[in-house]
Amino acid sequence: MSGGGGLTLYEVTVRHQGPFGPITAVDGVSLEVPRGTTVGLVGESGSGKSTLARAIVGLDPPCSGRIAVGGREYGGRREADRRRLGQQVQLVFQDPDTALDPRMTVRQSIAEAAGAFVRLDRRGREQRVGELLELVGLDAGCAGRLPRQLSGGQRQRVAVARAVAVGPAVLIADEVTSALDVSVRAALLAMLRDLQRRMGFAMLFISHDLAAVRQVADAVAVMYLGRIVEAASTESLLRGPRHPYTRTLLSAVPSLHAGRRPAEEPLLAGEVPDPASPPTGCRFHPRCPVGPARHAGRDVCAVRDPQRDAAGKPHRAACHFPYRADDRPPQARRVPPDDDGDRTPRTPGDLPS
Amino acid sequence: MGVITLAMLGSLAVLAVAGAVVWGQQADRPDPSAVLRGPTAGHPLGTDRLGRDLLARLLAATWPSLLPAVAATLLGAAAGITLGALTAVVGGRAARLLGALINLLLAFPALLVAMFFAALFGAGAGGAVFALAVACAPGFARITQTLAAQVAGTDFMAAARVLGLRRHRLLLRHVLPHIAEPLMLNTAVAAGSALVALSGLSFLGLGVQPPSYDWGLMLSQGLDRIYTEPLPAVAPGIAIVYATVAFQLLGEMLAGAAVRQARPRPEEEPVAHAARADRPASTDHVLEVEDLRVVLPTADGVVRPVRGVTLTLRRGELVGLVGESGSGKSLAALAVADLLPDDARVTWTTHRFLGADAESLTREQRRRQLATGMALIFQNPASAFNPSLRLGRQMTEAVRAHRGTPRAEAVEQALAQLQRVGLPAGRRLLRSRPFQLSGGQRQRVAIAAASMMRPDLIIADEPTTALDVTVQRQIMDLLRRVRREDATAILFISHDIALVADACDRVLVMYGGTIVENLPARELAAGARHPYTRMLVASVPDLAADRDPPPLTIEGGPPDPCGTAPGCPFHDRCPHRLDRCAVDSPVLSPLRPEHEVACWRPLPAAPLGGARETEEVEK
Repeated sequence: MSGGGGLTLYEVTVRHQGPFGPITAVDGVSLEVPRGTTVGLVGESGSGKSTLARAIVGLDPPCSGRIAVGGREYGGRREADRRRLGQQVQLVFQDPDTALDPRMTVRQSIAEAAGAFVRLDRRGREQRVGELLELVGLDAGCAGRLPRQLSGGQRQRVAVARAVAVGPAVLIADEVTSALDVSVRAALLAMLRDLQRRMGFAMLFISHDLAAVRQVADAVAVMYLGRIVEAASTESLLRGPRHPYTRTLLSAVPSLHAGRRPAEEPLLAGEVPDPASPPTGCRFHPRCPVGPARHAGRDVCAVRDPQRDAAGKPHRAACHFPYRADDRPPQARRVPPDDDGDRTPRTPGDLPS
Repeated sequence: MGVITLAMLGSLAVLAVAGAVVWGQQADRPDPSAVLRGPTAGHPLGTDRLGRDLLARLLAATWPSLLPAVAATLLGAAAGITLGALTAVVGGRAARLLGALINLLLAFPALLVAMFFAALFGAGAGGAVFALAVACAPGFARITQTLAAQVAGTDFMAAARVLGLRRHRLLLRHVLPHIAEPLMLNTAVAAGSALVALSGLSFLGLGVQPPSYDWGLMLSQGLDRIYTEPLPAVAPGIAIVYATVAFQLLGEMLAGAAVRQARPRPEEEPVAHAARADRPASTDHVLEVEDLRVVLPTADGVVRPVRGVTLTLRRGELVGLVGESGSGKSLAALAVADLLPDDARVTWTTHRFLGADAESLTREQRRRQLATGMALIFQNPASAFNPSLRLGRQMTEAVRAHRGTPRAEAVEQALAQLQRVGLPAGRRLLRSRPFQLSGGQRQRVAIAAASMMRPDLIIADEPTTALDVTVQRQIMDLLRRVRREDATAILFISHDIALVADACDRVLVMYGGTIVENLPARELAAGARHPYTRMLVASVPDLAADRDPPPLTIEGGPPDPCGTAPGCPFHDRCPHRLDRCAVDSPVLSPLRPEHEVACWRPLPAAPLGGARETEEVEK
């Protein structure tokens, strides 16, 4: 495996026990996050991205596939196995309000993590806590406070400090900005990038916020119903999305500066399928704007899973009929800013056939 | 009550320590000349078979009665708590096995178990203590298991597991401190029961053996002659009850201390409900609110989340109310809908809904007006419906209650509404329960339910925050459609400024409990004049814009919601502040038609070319 010090996932599958039988939340996901880089993982709720994160850190062990850090696999469920994994991979949770023990001061929380694998004396611990607080951009005065005495952004920084205190090779950030106000998001993302530059960990940045992903990620993978449907470098994916699902996702993001979008332009047909009985073939085909529901003769989508053909390419799009890179990006379809979106008629023929 | 409890416990403690020392000799001195005497001046409770003074024995028995009870409780609690808390930190299979063991132990009645083990360990104080400890451990284990399961599910426990912390550390550092309070309470109450149980064992002859004695044994010995001399039996009984009550009160006190948090009452402020009849009610205005203020008592003191909000909604208008967390936007909306808790103090100078002043209506009229004219859509569609009722019942109950619509007709209306929100399989949906729907479907049903009454105003409080972007867009399209077709005014509360700019007609920007700017939505990106709005816009990352420079961050934190400092709420973070900003609060005043700003020094209108340039001005 060519992971270097990074994270490599190979055909990882995670099943949950649902009320009506097993649900495959993550279905054969292969992904590589090289050392010192960030891969953004986007997808809607229920796409399996958080389950994948929990699988990587060992909270929901996968039922098949391999997870390797720096080329080494970390399996097993004994305490010793968990400790070996914890030294390599750490997770930052979505909600900073609940991720910190409300009864422990910032100092106690960070010192606990810093002393999890190395023995530190009192002075060493104090010094390490000071270093970590500085790394995440908090002043030393915060150390004696309880989580409820901090703002949301500060709490999330403490959670990051705790996660990097063990010096992990891989950091997983699960929706770390979604509970924060927009005015502090940018600063947290900048801090994460800076931290990565200094410490060199590989980062899997999970989010549904494409703008945030764009700010930190070198590459992006898009998940739909447990599978990765498209993966490419950030600019390549956001500028020229090939998979119809990625396109839909991008065009649904409201933009402040690009002007109002036309009203009631249909976005996606139907509802998200039940993950307990996902569609055959390409999982997106019943809702796909270029699939068999809209175009005759594209029955292959309902039969054959396009994933295999896509593997190994630099811009991999698991689609039998992908868009070309020079097709117009979704932003180009917006109406000029001074038009009232409500009254603009929809222009037909936006989608290439 | 605390004083009484402490006095009772104190007296018990003094007696326990001093009893044996002061009265011990007297209690053991036999007096063959005075056996089985009734109460006399020399022996207030009489004497026993060997002529020993019963009062002295009663007082001296405090220590041997209480110590085993407390010891048994502590032993049992330690064993039970360890067993129960382990379920939270061991692996899945071991946790299930432990759970099964606890259930099995609970199946045996505690007193029978105690008697069985007392017989097994041999009669005597030590045996009774162990027997009782074994008997009360399962109860502790069960309550600890339940409490620990709540802690085990939290994110911070998951984080501690990911850190690879060892089990004993998880247990001692994260699980036990969180469940300590209810367990302490439980232990205090259990000590009282243990005293009764131990006395019972002694009474049965399974506990303390003569020549030792405790209250239970004295009760048993006194019972032989209860018909001739009641006092020798009643007095140890009273002692047992007294001690038990003391332990129970201690438990109550601990529970009270855990629950009670200082809830200061807001000091009375002059109510400014002067109904201003000078301005005629406009028929075009659905809602007019002037100087709305909310004061809420909380554990940390009195907070003032809304500090003078003035807003007007016209018929069929879609108005966005944006602000960051803690800006007071949701509380302002709830205050308008009269949905704040009773201890909140809400004041206004004008509150006119559908042309009727809030003061001119009786409470009942006002409730009815709000119920028929206003509808709310909440952030979390999962908790907005009653999970145990079918959707059909919940959708139709308002029209049936307020309009007296017959059932069949109400169902037809519900079907039509569901059709409109893009849920054609209506009949099946009406029979289903909320959990059978996805989040997006539930929110669409919520919109359908809200428009059942054809309300004049819908307040939508972050209706898309819990949803994905594609679903979010669907919901926004629906709200716009409802607004257009029914001429319903919609107050759309959100922290997503891009979404509001995209979907609304007009935007109200809230900061620190006040509205700082009111402007047309299309001007938000480039035409904002308040420094806060400008910075908020610049902090929004945008997919369409360049990756560099990164979005702006507003330094500093939001204003203290408890504070009462004068001046503009934004002045300490504002790069353009003047001296007067710290002293005088600016009032929302018109710059030009359709554009109001609460700022002493509004920024100049941005040059053409959009927000990116204005951001450069900022820097």
